[in-house]
Amino acid sequence: MDRPLRLITASPVDRLARTVEALLVVASQPLSVDELTEACNDDGERVRTALGLLAERYAEGRSGIVLEHVAGGWAFRASREAAEACGRLFERPVERGLSAAALETLAIVAYLGPVSRPEIARIRGVAADSVVAGLVERGLIAEAGREDGIAGAIRYRSTPLFERVFGLDSLSALPRLDDLGESTEQIRERLESVAERRPA
Amino acid sequence: MIVRELELDLDAFEGPFDLLLTLVLKEELDLAEVDVAGIVLAFVERLAEREELDLEACGEFLVLVAALLELKARGLFPEEDAELSELEPDEAAEELARRLAEYRRAKEAAAWLAERLEAEQDRFFRLGPAPLAHRPARRLAPQEVESLAAALRALAAEPPQVSLAHLELRFPPVAQFLERFRAVLRRRRVFDLDAEVEGMSRIEQAVAFLALLELRRGGEVALEQSAPFAPIRVRKAAEERREEWTARSA
Repeated sequence: MDRPLRLITASPVDRLARTVEALLVVASQPLSVDELTEACNDDGERVRTALGLLAERYAEGRSGIVLEHVAGGWAFRASREAAEACGRLFERPVERGLSAAALETLAIVAYLGPVSRPEIARIRGVAADSVVAGLVERGLIAEAGREDGIAGAIRYRSTPLFERVFGLDSLSALPRLDDLGESTEQIRERLESVAERRPA
Repeated sequence: MIVRELELDLDAFEGPFDLLLTLVLKEELDLAEVDVAGIVLAFVERLAEREELDLEACGEFLVLVAALLELKARGLFPEEDAELSELEPDEAAEELARRLAEYRRAKEAAAWLAERLEAEQDRFFRLGPAPLAHRPARRLAPQEVESLAAALRALAAEPPQVSLAHLELRFPPVAQFLERFRAVLRRRRVFDLDAEVEGMSRIEQAVAFLALLELRRGGEVALEQSAPFAPIRVRKAAEERREEWTARSA
């Protein structure tokens, strides 16, 4: 270790950092700067400074616990070098055995959410009911209001847990859809080439 | 069996099937509110009542219900309707291509997520219900364990038997009281209604009163009451007349 933990110095930010550290160790989901600020009853900028201190201390390769910014907040996780040992002891029920259909649906909800089941079914061409229910059960997506009108369909959005499982800072960390896949023109050309081959 | 005369009893509609169709076609009844399954059930029930299978009726019904369902489905997805049925062939091809592209992108996004999941396989973090005590909506006052037990006991108690007495109201015939009062008047010239009907049920007392009015109408009795709600005194009318007559003749 190239630098000892600075626990003895009594500078106020250091004490704030210890409080933030304590809050993060109790939390089971990422805490935003706002939440931390409120809990510490302190100034937002100072909390940010404290988080910077902690992030430095709990960095990958330096500690078994790693502090990361994920899903719009700050959270501890195990260091990657401990992953193998963790895997021997702990299950990962949220992401284990996600089917291709589930990943497609998850992608649609993450990119287009809030989105309803009929919309998902329209894009995928098959009913989405059980897949959506499965994703809700895993906690990767959640209900987010209803479509307009009487008895509008329930809409779904992805959850912070989704961002956390996939290691995303926020939904904006998803790659742009335009960068993925073919353009409409390419598909149209493909369709037309098939149409031309059809016997009259 | 005539399909259009099929009687329906649905939440949104009650009446014959053909009236339902008329209302729907005139858009006076919103098809979205009509329980089509209920119509099918009604038809099947009617069908089951008959000994033989009426194929003609079945066919007619099938066609009508299919049309109804299609109308309803289109009504529920107005966009779809506009998108698909009113498009020119080349527009439809465009729309199809757009949808395929959309699905293609979803598939690509899913592939990206799968890769990401693979890359993040060594992520382990604490997972559990959030113990956040953000803003407790309201705190309960300290409670006694006994009150919980008492509440449970109250729930466990057999509910009281619901009285059906009012369903079995029997109205005694007025004639019964007519006879009764006449019998009393044969023995006594004057009696109090209250004393006579004491111990009877409300219904019996009411019928007794009706009988009394009947006697009064027939001129058999005279009624007296000194004040509202005071005892009603019944006097034999004929007796009075005879007394008058006796007095005059004397």
